Amino acid sequence: MLSGPRTATDRANLPYCHESFHNLQELRHSASLANKVFIQRDYSEGTVCKFHTKFPSELDSRIERTLFEDTVKTLNNFYAEAEKIGGQSYLEGCLACATAYLIFLCIETRYEKVLKKISRYIQEQNEKIYAPRGLLITDPVERGMRVVSTQTDSVCVCVCVCMCVCVCVISLTVCVY
Amino acid sequence: MKNCEYQQIDPRALSTPTATPTSTLPCAGKNPQRLRRKWEVFPGRNRFYCDGRIIVAQQSGVLPLTLGLILVTSGLFFVFDCPFLVAHLTVCIPVIAGVLFVFVVISLLRTSFTDPGILPRALPDEAADIEKQIDNSGSSTYRPPPRTKEILINNQVVKLKYCFTCKMFRPPRTSHCGLCDNCVERFDHHCPWVGNCVGKRNYRFFYTFIVSLSFLTSFIFGCVITHLTLRSQSGDGLIQALQDSPASVVELVVCFFSIWSILGLSGFHTYLVASNLTTNEDIKGSWSSKRRTEELGNPYSYNNIFTNCCVVLCGPMPPSLIDRRGFVPPEDTSQTVTSEMELPPFMSKNDTNMCTQGTKELLESVAHSSLLRSPCNPGTPKTAPASQESWLSTVSGAPTPSPGSPPSGCSGRQARRPIDNPCPQKAGRRAVLHASRPAFHLPSPPYSLTHNPLIFSDAPNVGFIPLA
Repeated sequence: MLSGPRTATDRANLPYCHESFHNLQELRHSASLANKVFIQRDYSEGTVCKFHTKFPSELDSRIERTLFEDTVKTLNNFYAEAEKIGGQSYLEGCLACATAYLIFLCIETRYEKVLKKISRYIQEQNEKIYAPRGLLITDPVERGMRVVSTQTDSVCVCVCVCMCVCVCVISLTVCVY
Repeated sequence: MKNCEYQQIDPRALSTPTATPTSTLPCAGKNPQRLRRKWEVFPGRNRFYCDGRIIVAQQSGVLPLTLGLILVTSGLFFVFDCPFLVAHLTVCIPVIAGVLFVFVVISLLRTSFTDPGILPRALPDEAADIEKQIDNSGSSTYRPPPRTKEILINNQVVKLKYCFTCKMFRPPRTSHCGLCDNCVERFDHHCPWVGNCVGKRNYRFFYTFIVSLSFLTSFIFGCVITHLTLRSQSGDGLIQALQDSPASVVELVVCFFSIWSILGLSGFHTYLVASNLTTNEDIKGSWSSKRRTEELGNPYSYNNIFTNCCVVLCGPMPPSLIDRRGFVPPEDTSQTVTSEMELPPFMSKNDTNMCTQGTKELLESVAHSSLLRSPCNPGTPKTAPASQESWLSTVSGAPTPSPGSPPSGCSGRQARRPIDNPCPQKAGRRAVLHASRPAFHLPSPPYSLTHNPLIFSDAPNVGFIPLA
C-alpha cells in the first residue's frame, strides 16, 4: 500500500507551502468530503461579531489548543476593531450622511478594509499552521458571519487508498491495451 | 409519512420567478462552463438588476407611487412656485428645496436598492451540524426538543429561534421576512413604500429618507402657503390666487396629507433610534416591562440617547453578506441543494414536531443519496454498493453533495428532494463526464485526490474503464 512519498526529493515535490494558495483552493474544493467543525458566535456582549474561544473536542488530536485559541482571539480582535464605535467611525458616518451616502459608492469603508485584513490573516494561518496539520479554516464572511468552520479531512488515508486504486486501475488499463 | 410531506413539490416554489429564470438550470442546454454569479442562484424572493448590483424585493410595492409623488410635487414646486418666490423673497428657497429634494431621492433609492442585511442561508453541512447539536442537547423522547436556544446577552436571557427556511438559529434581533423570504439582521420592518425590507444595513438610509422627506414636505407646504398669501395680498384675494396657480393647490393637498404621516413616522423612528430599538421589537413589546413580570431592559441599548443615536446612525457600515456578484464555484452545488432542501413554505413556518424530525431525516437522506447515487438509477439511497459505505466511515457524514450531482442542479430553485430527480440518464452521463476529469488527473497534488473516492466508486458502473 502506498503511503506518503518516501524520499526527501519526493517530499520536496509535495506542494505544501510554496504552492500554498493553489493547494488551499484545492483543499477547499475537496473539503466537501471533510469533517467540519463549526465554531459558533458568542452573543454574550450583544450583536458584535465575536466567536466562542472554547476549544472543540473534535480537534483535540489535530492541533494545539493554544494555537487554535490564539487564532480565534485574534479574529475576535479584528472584528472588534472593525465594529469599534469611536471617532473614526463617527466621522465616517457623519461624512457619509452629509454626502447623502454617496461616499459609500466611492471609498472603501473601514469595515471592508478590516475584512480584507482578516482574509489575509486567515490565509496566512491556513498556510503556516492549519494546512500542515490537514486542517482548513473558512473565512466567516463566507458563512454569513455565523460560524468559523474548520475542516479536517483524512487526507492521508484518502491519498493512500486513492493512489493504490489509481495505480491498480492504470496498470489494468495498460495490461488490457 | 414524514418523508411524503417533503416529497411534495411546492407549486409556489415552482412558479416563483427567479432572478433570471433562464439561467439557473445547468442541464437546460446552457454552456456548463459558464460561471454563474451568486445572485442568479439566490434562494430568497428578491429581484436583481445591473448584474446583481441592485437588489429589490419581489414586489416593488408602492415604490413607483412614492417616487412619482415626490417627483411630481417637487417638479410642480420648482416650476410654478419658485419663480414667484425668488422674485419676491430670496433665491435660497429653490436652493434649499433642491438640496432637500436630492437628499430625499438619493436616500430613497439607497433604501430601496440596498441589501438590508440579508443573512445567507445555512449550507447543508452547517444545517446538519446544528441538527446534531439539537439532538444531542434535547430529550430523546418522541417529542423533539423545542427549536429555540437561550443565550445571555449582557446578563439578560434572550431566546434565539430556529428558522426552518434558512436552517439556522437566527442571531439576536434577526427576523425572517415573509415577503422577501430572507432572514434580515436587525430587522425593522418591510416597507412597501420603499419596496424593500429595512434592516441593519439600510436603516440609516431609511431614517435619512423619512427625516429629509418630512423637512421637504414641510418646506414645500410652508413655501406654497407663503406664495398663495403673497399672491392674494398683491392680487384679488385668495380665490383669484388659487385660480392663478392651480399647481399650488395640488402641492398643498399632497403635502397636507403627507405631513401627518411622515412627521409622525419620523418622530416614531427618532424615538426608536434614541432607545436603540427596532419597529419589530417595539411592536412585539420584546423589552417592555409591562408585558412581563420581571424588569426587562433592552440589552442592546447603551442607556444614553446620544450614544444610541450615534451607534445606529453613524456606526460602522457592515458589508453585504450575500456576495451577490461573487461567482458560484463550479463544483459547489450546495446552493442548489439548499434550495431543494427548503421545506414547503407552509411547513417552514410551523414549529411542529414533524418538521424537526423530518428535517433531520431529509438531511441524512441527502447525505446518503447524493454521495451514493449511481448514474443509472433514480437515486434511492438503499441501492448503494457496500464499498461506498466504507468511504463514508472514513470521511464525514456531512450531507454535502458530490460534485457529480447535476440532478440537484436540474431542479434549481425548486423545492424538491434530490431523490426525486426526473432525468437520471442524462444527469448520469453528465455526472460521469464531470467526474471523469479529476479521476485521471494523476500528477495532481494529494489534496485534489480526495475527490476520487466518490468518483472511482461510480466509475465501474459507467464502463469508462475497460476492465477485462
